[in-house]
Amino acid sequence: MGRASSKEDAGALFHSLRSAYAATPLNLKIIDLYVGFAIFTALIQVVYMAIVGSFPFNSFLSGVLSCVGTAVLAVCLRIQVNKENKEFKDLSPERAFADFVLCNLVLHLVIMNFLG
Amino acid sequence: MAAPESSAAAVPTLYTNNALRNAFGGVLAFFILLLIGVMAFSIRLFSVIKYESVIHEFDPYFNYRVTQFLAKNGIYEFWNWFDDRTWYPLGRVIGGTVYPGLTLTAGTIWWLLNSLNIPLSVETVCVFTAPIFSAFASWATYLLTKEVKGTGAGLTAAALLAMVPSYISRSVAGSYDNEAVAIFALIFTFYLYIKTLNTGSLFYATLNSIAYFYMVCSWGGYTFIINLIPMHVLLCIVTGRFSSRLYIAYAPLVVLGTLLAALVPVVGFNAVMTSEHFASFLVFIILHVVAFVYYIKGILTPKMFKVAVTLVVSVGLAVCCAVIAVLVALVASSPTKGWSGRSLSLLDPTYASKYIPIIASVSEHQPPTWPSYFMDINVLAFLVPAGIIACFSPLSDASSFVVLYIATSVYFSGVMVRLMLVFAPAACITSGIALSQAFDVFTRSIKFQLPGIASKAEVDAAETSSSTAEAQNDVVKAEKSEETSKNRPSKKSKKKEKEEKPLTKAKAEKKRLLALPLDSSVISLLLLILLGALYVVHCVWAAAEAYSAPSIVLTSRSHDGLHVFDDFREAYAWLRHNTDVDDKVASWWDYGYQTTAMANRTVIVDNNTWNNTHIATVGTAMSSPEKAAWEIFHSLDVKYVLVVFGGLVGYPSDDINKFLWMVRIGGGVFPHIKEPDYLRDGQYRIDSQATPTMLNCLMYKLSYYRFVETDGKAFDRVRQTEIGKKYFKLTHFEEVFTTHHWMVRIYKLKPPKNRIRGKTKKSKSKTSTTSSRAKRSGTGKKNPWH
Repeated sequence: MGRASSKEDAGALFHSLRSAYAATPLNLKIIDLYVGFAIFTALIQVVYMAIVGSFPFNSFLSGVLSCVGTAVLAVCLRIQVNKENKEFKDLSPERAFADFVLCNLVLHLVIMNFLG
Repeated sequence: MAAPESSAAAVPTLYTNNALRNAFGGVLAFFILLLIGVMAFSIRLFSVIKYESVIHEFDPYFNYRVTQFLAKNGIYEFWNWFDDRTWYPLGRVIGGTVYPGLTLTAGTIWWLLNSLNIPLSVETVCVFTAPIFSAFASWATYLLTKEVKGTGAGLTAAALLAMVPSYISRSVAGSYDNEAVAIFALIFTFYLYIKTLNTGSLFYATLNSIAYFYMVCSWGGYTFIINLIPMHVLLCIVTGRFSSRLYIAYAPLVVLGTLLAALVPVVGFNAVMTSEHFASFLVFIILHVVAFVYYIKGILTPKMFKVAVTLVVSVGLAVCCAVIAVLVALVASSPTKGWSGRSLSLLDPTYASKYIPIIASVSEHQPPTWPSYFMDINVLAFLVPAGIIACFSPLSDASSFVVLYIATSVYFSGVMVRLMLVFAPAACITSGIALSQAFDVFTRSIKFQLPGIASKAEVDAAETSSSTAEAQNDVVKAEKSEETSKNRPSKKSKKKEKEEKPLTKAKAEKKRLLALPLDSSVISLLLLILLGALYVVHCVWAAAEAYSAPSIVLTSRSHDGLHVFDDFREAYAWLRHNTDVDDKVASWWDYGYQTTAMANRTVIVDNNTWNNTHIATVGTAMSSPEKAAWEIFHSLDVKYVLVVFGGLVGYPSDDINKFLWMVRIGGGVFPHIKEPDYLRDGQYRIDSQATPTMLNCLMYKLSYYRFVETDGKAFDRVRQTEIGKKYFKLTHFEEVFTTHHWMVRIYKLKPPKNRIRGKTKKSKSKTSTTSSRAKRSGTGKKNPWH
C-alpha cells in the first residue's frame, strides 16, 4: 500500500486513458473539443458572476444554461454518431446532425427570449 | 410495411396479406380513435343539456374574465395587466401570477375561429374548451400506452380515459379550469418522454421539452412531471437499465425544460431556486457521473478500471462530502427547507392544518374517502393491480415508468382529493394494459381450441407472441391461420420498441400449454365485456347526475315539479345594475371571482387566497360585533357586504357553515378573535344555546336579519334548529337586497353620522358637567350613531 505503487498505478491509469482516447475517431474528438469549449465558457461565466454579482439573474441563467445546453446536445450528437453504439446503427449521421441543429435552434430561441 | 425480409421468395400474396392486414388494422384503429374522441366530447355535455351553456363553479369565472380581457385587449395588454378590481386596495398582478396556458389556448381558439368568420363568443369557446381537450387527452393516452404495450392496450386505455368519472368531474363543458388542458399536456409530455426513451431520437426530446413548457404554462402540478421523470431515471440507473437513450431522453429535457419553465412569469426563478426542482438537477448530475463512469469503463481494461475506481473513490469522496454538507446547510437554513406550502402539505399531510389554515380549508385539499375511489375510477380500482403485474412481464423502461407513475399518483391522490385527477390517467393506462392482456389470453385460448387450427397455432403464436396489436383484429386472425408455416414470423415489423424475444418457438410451445379451456375462456370473455358495460353505465350516470351541476344554478325536484335556484346570478345582476362602478363589495373569499366576473365590482378578497392577512381581516370583520365590523369595512372603503345564506331552502354550503374558517383564519392573525368564544361544548351553534359572541357577530346578524318573518319560527333548514336571537335590528348596516330564495343577501354600510348627538368621543367621564346637548334619554346607549 505504498505511495509509490499508487503513484505507479495513477501513472499507468493516465497512460492507458490517453492511449484509449487517442484511438477514438476524429469527428468524435472534434465534438469532444466543442463540449469542452462550451463547459469552459460556462465556467468563465460562473466566475464572472461570482466576481460581479448575479444581477440581472435571468441573463446569467440564460448564459450558463445555453452553454450547458449546447454541451449536452453535443454529447447527444456524439452518442448518436458514434459507430460503436449498437443502438443507433440505423440512424444516419445526417439525421442526427439535423436533430442536433433543430434542438439547438429551439434552445437558442428560448435563450434569446430569456436573455433580457 | 410488414414484409418478412427473410422470406423474400415467399408467395406474393403473403406480403399483400400482411400489408392488407396491417392496413385494415390501421384504419380500424383510426376509426376507433375517432369514436373515442367523439365519446369523450359528448359525455361531458350533460351540463349543457340539463342546464345551459354556462361557466361553472368559482375558479372558472376568473379564467373566463381573464380570457375576455385577452380577447378584447390583445396579448401585450394581457402580459402587463394589473388588476385593480380585486384585493382592494392591493390589487393583483395578473400577468405574473396566473398560469397562462388555459387562457392563451382558449384565446387562440377564439381568435382562430373568428378569423375564419365563425363568430363564436368567448363564453362558448371557454365552455367547450374542456371537452375538446379531453378528446385530445384520450388520444394522447392511446399514444402513450401504445408505446408501452401496443395498439390494443392503447385503444383500451384511451376508451377508459375518455369516460373515467374522475377526469369528467374536472372537465365537463363549463368547467373552464386549468386541469382541462393540463391533463392533456401531462399525458402528452409523458408520451413524448417514453417515445424518446424508446427511440433515442433527439427530435422527440425537443418535442418533449416543448410539451413540458406547455404543461408548465398550464398548471402548478407541473412539479409532478419534473419530479417523476428524475425519479424514473434514477430507478433505471439503479436497476441497471442505463443506456444512452436514457441520457438523450433526460439531459436535454432538464436544460431546455428549466429554461422554458423560467420563461413563464409565474414560475420565473423558482425554476432554479425552489426545492421542487432540485431533484431534477441532482439526478442530472448523477446521470452525468454514471454516463462518465460507463464511458471510462468502455475504453479501459478491467484492471485499469479498478485502479481508476479506487483512485476516484478515495479522492472524490472527501470532495463530495464537503459539497453535500454545504448544500444541506443552505437548504436547511430556510424554514420550509425551500419547499412551497402546498408542496410541503403534499409530503406531510398534517402540515397545512397546523400552519396554514387557508390551505387546510379548501375542500379540494382534503384527503379522499374510500368510497370516492370507487366513485371516481370504479372498475379500474381492481384492474390496476392486474395492470401493474402485466407491466412486469416483461419489464421495459416504459413499463417501469408506468409502474412508478401509478405508485406515486396513488400516494398523492390519497393525500388530496384534487389529485385523484392525476391518478386517473395512470389508472386508465394500467387497466388498459390489464384488460388488453386478458382479452389477448382469452381470445388466443379460444383460437387454440378451435378445431383444425391447432397445428398452425404455433406459427400464429410466434407471430403474435409479445404484441397485443392483434387483440382487436380477431377477424383477421382467421385469415392468418391459412398462411403456411413458411411464414417466418415478422418479428421486426411490429416491435420497434420492445425487447426482442428470440425464442418465439419455445414461447409458442409454452403458450399452447397455457391455453385455457374453451368454455371458460368464452364465459370469461363475456364477463369481461359485461364488466366494461357496467363501467360505461356507471360513468354515464356519474357524468349525468353527479358531476354536471354548474353550482351557480341549483335545482331540486319536489312534488310540484322542478325548482330552479338562480339566486347567485340574480344577486350579481342586482349588484351590476344598482350600484356604482367603483363600489367595493366585501364577501367571503369564495365568491370573489364570481363577483368580479359577473357583477363587475371591486372585491376585497377572492379565491386566489394569496394574502392571508387580508382574508383574516375580512374574517375578523365577519366575526366581530356590528360596530367593530363597520369600522373594519369602512377602513377598507367597502360599500356593500354580501352574505350567502342557505337556511331558508336548505343549501348547505352557506357562510354560516363556513364560519368556522372565518374564525380560525381571523384568529390566526388577530388574536382577539378566540375560537372558544364561539363554541358551546366544542360546537358552533346558532340556536338558543349559542354563545353571546356568536349571537352578536356580524355573520349571524347579516344571515338571520328578518329571518323570522319567513315562517314565524325562524327554523334554519340547514342546521335543523330554530335560531337563537330572532328579533333584532341592525345598527350599522341596512339591507338592500335579498334574493328570491334568501340565498344571497346584500347589505350596505350606513354612512357615519354628520353630527354626534350625545357624548362626544373625547369626554368619556360620566360627570354631569358635560354640555347640555347631552341627551341621555331614550335609547340609553352611549352609541354615537344613534
